[in-house]
Amino acid sequence: MKLLNVDDNIQVEIISCKGGRGISSKLRQLGFMPGDRITVIQRAPFNGPLLVEANGRTVALGRGVAGKIEVKACV
Amino acid sequence: MRVALIGQPNCGKSTLFNQVAGYKADTGNFPGTTVTFTESSVKVIGETIDLVDLPGTYSLTASNLAEKEVIRYLSSNHVDVILNLVDASHLVQGLDLTLELLELGKPLVVGMNMMDEAARMGITIDGPHLQQILGVPVLPLIASKGRGIKQLFTTVLDAASNGKVVNRIPYKNQQVEGIILELSKNLQDLNLDWNREALAIRLLEDGSELLNDSESEHQELKEEVEIYIRQVTEQQGKTPGWVFSEERHFLAQELTKQVMTRGEERVTWQTRADDILLHPFWGYVILLGILWAFFQAVYLTGSAIEGPLISLFDGLIANLGKYTGVGSFLTDILTGILQGIAGGVAIVLPYLMPFLLGMGFLEDVGYLPRLAFLMDSLMQKMGLHGKAIVPFILGYGCNVPAVMATRTLEDRRDRFLAATLSVMVPCAARIAVIFGLVAFYLGSKIALLIYIFNIIVIALTGRILSWRILKKSPGLILEVPPYRMPTLRTMLNKTWFRAKEFVIEAWPILIAGSIFLELANRYNFAGFLNLLARPFTWVLGLPSAVGVPLIFGVLRKELSMIMLRQALNVTDISQALTPEQMITFTIFVVFYIPCLATLAALRKELNTRDMLIIAALTVVVAMATALVGRGLVILLTPLGILF
Repeated sequence: MKLLNVDDNIQVEIISCKGGRGISSKLRQLGFMPGDRITVIQRAPFNGPLLVEANGRTVALGRGVAGKIEVKACV
Repeated sequence: MRVALIGQPNCGKSTLFNQVAGYKADTGNFPGTTVTFTESSVKVIGETIDLVDLPGTYSLTASNLAEKEVIRYLSSNHVDVILNLVDASHLVQGLDLTLELLELGKPLVVGMNMMDEAARMGITIDGPHLQQILGVPVLPLIASKGRGIKQLFTTVLDAASNGKVVNRIPYKNQQVEGIILELSKNLQDLNLDWNREALAIRLLEDGSELLNDSESEHQELKEEVEIYIRQVTEQQGKTPGWVFSEERHFLAQELTKQVMTRGEERVTWQTRADDILLHPFWGYVILLGILWAFFQAVYLTGSAIEGPLISLFDGLIANLGKYTGVGSFLTDILTGILQGIAGGVAIVLPYLMPFLLGMGFLEDVGYLPRLAFLMDSLMQKMGLHGKAIVPFILGYGCNVPAVMATRTLEDRRDRFLAATLSVMVPCAARIAVIFGLVAFYLGSKIALLIYIFNIIVIALTGRILSWRILKKSPGLILEVPPYRMPTLRTMLNKTWFRAKEFVIEAWPILIAGSIFLELANRYNFAGFLNLLARPFTWVLGLPSAVGVPLIFGVLRKELSMIMLRQALNVTDISQALTPEQMITFTIFVVFYIPCLATLAALRKELNTRDMLIIAALTVVVAMATALVGRGLVILLTPLGILF
């Protein structure tokens, strides 16, 4: 499941972050690592970015970027 | 003694730096405000140290410009102590970098900053315990209030004088550890200013790039490194870069569990504020409200100061002849100088200062990243992402700060595109033309239509430029920091720091330009200037005499309006220009060549070549849009929609 398709306010676990070297390493540094739990808390209208909470940090991610993050439901 | 200040973006490094060194670094509640680093000699507790403020970095992996700079610096210059600032409210990520710095083996001191914010979030950190695990000093700090700074630097000085060797914390993954140790043994006789294990990790992580500067004798070593990289990649199923950062992240999480307790969050107004401020509907309503209030405030302050100052300068200029002789060479030179000074004092600064102050406030509070979040989808349509909204908004006040604001964009391509588009935004001076000519003679409806037309043209230009000429912008990844209450002192300092750039760099050019144009007038260049502009005015169906106001408009946009009456030799412009010509003229003025001060800013932020390209492009856009506007007026007038 892609992060883009996750419902708001539901915690999910990252499986992998794809995308070019620039994007994946930037995500990695912001604390988007496999095993990390993240929550989509808001999304901007008109195909705007997603507001995601990861490890107490809030990050805005464009839809393109969110489409490259594979997640699964938390147990 | 040299101390390198390092930390993740937005953790308060520049704030600390400014506290000890005076205001020298530009700060803001916006990730990555510092792009290049500032070195400063500071006196703390009786000792003089060279303090280096490095750009914020999430890790030492060279993924962007700022990080490459940090690695280059740490590996080239001799740094005595590394002072690592960690945002206590984001301990896990902060420790990611701390663990990586430990690997460098240099004396390290950790400043646990923003303890007040962490406390508000209900976070308590066991400093002594963390200090024991890391093996380096950990000190609490509230840099914004100047608390803990003295103790921090006392510790830094101690660390420098005893030069204690620092050990890294081994990774949990035994296989990877084995490979690191093996490689580091083979690096024994290498003469580099690095700890062996640290070098081994770096080599595995970044490939043999680090050795490229050295001679070919490292050829054997390079091959060896490649073999080890392949070995790790096969064993772990991912590149060493990923393995190491995951290992560090894992360690950071473990450490955090041991030293941090999360209690009840004291204030939840932050999350509640974002629920409204970033709401898909109310977020935009509030955004419009904030921008409206902001513009209103800037406009009212600016116009209140501009009027009296302009009449003061006009009086001075008019009376100049009495003392230096009417029409004398000296009078003309002095008039030019006064015009240039007036342009800065009476027109740019009254708008620029409140603008910078207001922007500084919005920036420090943390609203700008939220604005970027809200406006991202619109900006994507122009080939940019949300962060580029800031220059656009600034542009409505004055294009100079707009161009300066493009520096917050990391990508050169984004900076160029945002600068190109933001100089087409009608600034306060061009508003004078739109209002003084179109609204005054043709009504406010037409003025509003010109604004809308302008936005459409900017969006289309962005689309066309990003579609063919420039590659696609990567998606938005932007940290949205918590709200922070700025102090008046930092805001005033910041405003002055930024206004200084205009005063020192753009103003002299403005004055020189005024003198030149004054002389052009003296030696009766008017006919020549009109001839020069004739190809343009002819195509646009404008009288030849508007050439001079258009050329003078490059100096200061409102001159196009002020000089129009003089040039046409009428008091009522409607006697000389038809409504169609007024609209064509105004549209041309809105888009063509940015004013001298803006050109100077473009040259500084980009380079001379880009400045010339942008200037040429605006002429093309101005010609095309003025013709389209003219066509529209001709088509629509018989229908009776416009007038």
